[in-house]
Amino acid sequence: MRIVVCAKQVPDTEARVTVGKDGRSIDETGITFIINPYDEFALEEGLRIKERLGGQATVTMVCVGPPRAEEALRTGLAMGADAAVHVWDDSLAGADAAALALVLQAAVTQLGFDLILCGRVAIDDASAQVGLRLAERLGLPHANAVTKLEVQGSKLVAHREVEGGVEVVELPLPAVVTAQKGLNEPRYPTIPAIMKARRREIGRPGLAGLGLDAGKVADACRSEVLSLAPAPARKGGRLVAGEPQEAARTLAHLLREEAKVL
Amino acid sequence: MDFNLPQELEILRKMVRDFVNDRLQPISEKVEEEDEIPPEIIREMAELGFFGLPFPEEYGGGGMGELGMAVLLEELGATSAAFSNVLAPHVELAGMSILFGGTEEQKKKYLPPMCAGEKIACFALTEPNAGSDAANLATRAERRGDRYIINGSKIWITNGNIADIIIVYALTDPALRARGGITAFIVERDFPGFKVGKVDRKMGLRGSHTAELIFENMEVPAENVLGEVGMGFITAMKALDMGRIGLAAGAVGATQKLLEMSIQWANTRVQFGRPIAENQAIQWMLVDMAIGAHAGRLMTYHAAWKADQGLRVSREAAMVKTFCSELANRAADLAVQIHGGIGYMKEYPLERAYRDARILKIYEGTNEIQRLVIARDLLKAGK
Ligand SMILES: Cc1cc2nc3c(=O)[nH]c(=O)nc-3n(C[C@H](O)[C@H](O)[C@H](O)COP(=O)(O)OP(=O)(O)OC[C@H]3O[C@@H](n4cnc5c(N)ncnc54)[C@H](O)[C@@H]3O)c2cc1C
Repeated sequence: MRIVVCAKQVPDTEARVTVGKDGRSIDETGITFIINPYDEFALEEGLRIKERLGGQATVTMVCVGPPRAEEALRTGLAMGADAAVHVWDDSLAGADAAALALVLQAAVTQLGFDLILCGRVAIDDASAQVGLRLAERLGLPHANAVTKLEVQGSKLVAHREVEGGVEVVELPLPAVVTAQKGLNEPRYPTIPAIMKARRREIGRPGLAGLGLDAGKVADACRSEVLSLAPAPARKGGRLVAGEPQEAARTLAHLLREEAKVL
Repeated sequence: MDFNLPQELEILRKMVRDFVNDRLQPISEKVEEEDEIPPEIIREMAELGFFGLPFPEEYGGGGMGELGMAVLLEELGATSAAFSNVLAPHVELAGMSILFGGTEEQKKKYLPPMCAGEKIACFALTEPNAGSDAANLATRAERRGDRYIINGSKIWITNGNIADIIIVYALTDPALRARGGITAFIVERDFPGFKVGKVDRKMGLRGSHTAELIFENMEVPAENVLGEVGMGFITAMKALDMGRIGLAAGAVGATQKLLEMSIQWANTRVQFGRPIAENQAIQWMLVDMAIGAHAGRLMTYHAAWKADQGLRVSREAAMVKTFCSELANRAADLAVQIHGGIGYMKEYPLERAYRDARILKIYEGTNEIQRLVIARDLLKAGK
């Protein structure tokens, strides 16, 4: 079984993000980047499927992103991915979800696949579109926001998180699945594995190698970021002191009367 | 000049940071209260490769060198000191003694299980009358045929109560002492005549233990002389150089964590109608911590990098040990001050950090001894 995991590199959840000089992107200085947490669930699921199949599978990680994204791919290799593909071209800076789906379609088609796993959403731009657009482009069935996944022969059984409950769906392979929090707990890459990943080859087809060029990417784009603005600053918190019972009463009062959230 | 860490060490840093946040921080209170690290946590640390991180891959190590070890210990500095206190003497003191002083057979025999964390090791140098003056040790090793008979005792040996492998420094020639009279031995805990004495009650570092070790006619095969007879003191000093760099890294990590907690608190604690962070007096405390952390981090990475080049680092190791241990103590004091009364309370981890920082100026050679090392080197070199 050929499993392909699409993963993006995003700013660390703890990073302090500020708007860059162009007013349309973030300032990356001093920011550490991580594998998008939802994509990490996708990768972990791919690795677990492979393990459940007794190793009768390959997990390939694909990442579209600037040179810094190599670190995400090496992390994926250290976690256990069999291969990694890094796609980048300066014309991809600012590409939207529609254009990324085009690039990923080309990449996964070149690799060949039986199952494509993506994260439900990237925590930086929060568009939550790439996986589904990719499925549409490929004409494949998809299950979104999956919290449990089972491969049964040539089909998948996926548990989807829906408002207030769980929906269980069955879909034939090949298919696209996007991972939701709760699907699994990603493993840590071990130190020996990190060192081994350092020496592994990473595929770098480039746009041309995928049969694409800057013009095709631009044509596929459906939206453009006009501006970015920081969220309004949060005001300082307040400490409710005193005996626990008394403090709890005060807190409940404040939440009801001042914050009006109860 | 490139100040970036190698990519694999950035990946390491993230992995350790996640592990600290997900696995260690949630139990740090429990470790403090129960004075014990859950065995499954030690196992997880072992599986991740913490116990062999700097050693060459051919001995089962991670091959990340001292710089990698500095990154690991820096990140562990953000949580209870217990975890790094089990790890650091095992790796930096006992493991490095074998790596620097051992024969090829000894490295092949002992390092792999130590790197895998299957065997825990300790470094036994200090005695009641040999602290700063380590060469004044009284533990005696005498050759009898194909073995040595060792008599004496060691005190305050970290991991002494749990160690499977004990690096014991003993006197083989009282006339020579530090100049060829001290020999290191690889002792296994089931060697006849080895006994663990009392386990100490300490100010802090709860969850990590020090113990007295007693050797009564302990029999050690001659092949367990670590390297060559008479080389023990040199080996100990080389290992201590690594220990000091590792200690400094942990101190930087602790300082960084104290700074972050203090910023958080200063921004949220309101007095006189505004966050206390708006007072210059508080700001300057934060600034001093930040300057220290920055300086300490750079000098520690430099020392670790230099060690990885195979260069002598005694002076730098003593410098970073002194600077960073004093930094962490000052940071702990400032953090408690910024937090006010809550900083003094057990329900907050600051009083623990305050107590745990104190040891940094004492073990692995007191800061007075570090200054003595630096002074001797300075005066000898004339610069
Ligand atoms: C928690 C803990 C863990 C430890 N773990 C280990 C371990 O794993 N292995 C091990 O071998 N040891 C270990 N030790 C021992 C530790 O290394 C010693 O405590 C330390 O080296 C200082 O020795 P001392 O306590 O005998 O102090 P002393 O040497 O008695 O020093 C007392 C004071 O005199 C000062 N002083 C001494 N000589 C001079 C001088 N020439 N000039 C100026 N000032 C001087 C010292 O700086 C200090 O301030 C541990 C100790 C503790 C507390």
